[in-house]
Amino acid sequence: MTKKLLSDITIDHIRSMIEKDKRVDGRTREEFRPIKIQKNYVATAEGSALVTLGDTKLLVGVKCLVGEPYKDTPNSGVLTTNAELIPMANETFESGPPNERSIEVARVVDRGIREGQAIDFDKLCITPEEEVWKTFVDIHVLDYDGNLFDAANMGAVAALKSAIIPASRFDKGEDFPFPMKHMPISTTFVKLDGYLVVDPNYDEENVARSRLTIATLENGRLCAMQKGLGGSFSRADVEKAIELSLRFGNLIRDQIESAGE
Amino acid sequence: MGGTPTDIQLLDANGLRLDGRRPDELRPITIKADALKRADGSAYLEWGGNKVLAAVYGPRECHPRHRQDPMKAVVQCKYNMASFSVSDRKRPGPDRRSQEISKIISEALEHVVLTQYFPRTSVDVFIEVLQADAGTRCAGLTAASVALADAGVPMRDMIASCAAGKIDDTIIIDLRKEEDNCGQADLPLGIIPRTGEIVLLQMDGDLSIEEFYTALTMATEACHKISALQKEALRKRYSVAPEEVSDEVEEAIDAIAHGEEVDEPEEHDEKQEES
Repeated sequence: MTKKLLSDITIDHIRSMIEKDKRVDGRTREEFRPIKIQKNYVATAEGSALVTLGDTKLLVGVKCLVGEPYKDTPNSGVLTTNAELIPMANETFESGPPNERSIEVARVVDRGIREGQAIDFDKLCITPEEEVWKTFVDIHVLDYDGNLFDAANMGAVAALKSAIIPASRFDKGEDFPFPMKHMPISTTFVKLDGYLVVDPNYDEENVARSRLTIATLENGRLCAMQKGLGGSFSRADVEKAIELSLRFGNLIRDQIESAGE
Repeated sequence: MGGTPTDIQLLDANGLRLDGRRPDELRPITIKADALKRADGSAYLEWGGNKVLAAVYGPRECHPRHRQDPMKAVVQCKYNMASFSVSDRKRPGPDRRSQEISKIISEALEHVVLTQYFPRTSVDVFIEVLQADAGTRCAGLTAASVALADAGVPMRDMIASCAAGKIDDTIIIDLRKEEDNCGQADLPLGIIPRTGEIVLLQMDGDLSIEEFYTALTMATEACHKISALQKEALRKRYSVAPEEVSDEVEEAIDAIAHGEEVDEPEEHDEKQEES
């Protein structure tokens, strides 16, 4: 079971409201759900963030260890992003090895961070060709009520920003803050009855036929995109989505910066 | 565990532990019922340095099918540790340890859930350890019991669980990480507080017969304290403050108190509406 069955009445309700610029949870089409970010939630992680986006809740933890660099990038650290869609979070999630859904989430978040040059990989080098910091970003979804991409992206960026590299634990000198250069922030849209709708909740995701995620940087540039589901977007849709994602990106960036512990 | 030789002194001259606790003192515990939206029932528990979430789905269709029982429901628990919950990153996914823990917790819970009412179904219990500091199986079982109650699954009682152990030849309860790693014995216990029945019991390390009984008594006492906290968590979530009781209900209560017959007020149960 990968999709929840929705009653016709729920589907009709969601659709008929969208036309009037209203949504089932009281938002307009271009409104995010409330965002709460708590940094350093987990003491055993190098950095972490608990993110709630409406009723979607997830925890991102960052762990670092010393390892070998890849042969083709001897002076760069290594980043691994992984998402766990644990069965606790939703009736459609199943336990077992990563499936295509969790791989897509992990890869879209990873792409935003990597292509947005969020991390200064050279500062993660200890000895060229021999030792670098290997960083694991683990996304643990606790309660899934829609828009995993954006919640996971916020969590990953906030967790990395709160991370301290545990150099002293590995006898590699003094601990230092995780080297961050940029904050790539993603914004996800779905198309509902011809209208572009931001930050879909779970029921809206199940009604929508197409989804678009856009990651932007503080300098107004784009760094990653992903279109999903079976439907399509027009060029005008994409233009509008980009404009909105730049605006939301700045708002979310401020929230991550000011988030408490 | 298993009496690793160590220079760390786990008890000071006054008989107090690393964190200043007495041997029979629990770490601070907070329990919150109904912590998640999607799950049918859930609970969040902080127990010293442990942070644990438990969620319940069901009774629902049993997967895998061959596990289903035509006479009763099966209780399937999955205990899982987040990769960042321990100091060295844990590889995601089940390992032998977590599979064993899942099994013993499932079996403990199966004993309290009234499974005969839900033939062919499965009650799925998920325990996620977000931050670990020893005693996670006890914390998980304690949280899972609250989550089952929150889900409205009929049960004989909520299981309460706590470990006892031995450090520096002294019996203690509720070991923390250093005490677990460098101690001489560990004895996780789960009981049904109402009857005193033991539904989870493990032990590793070295104990004399007398030490075992001391540990068992101390852990049982701790379980009763934890049981009170579990009930408190449910009360906090589901009790209705006096000002929230509508006049209509109040009149009905008065009428019942005076022995009159009244129409039952309609029940408003969000959980039932959702499912």
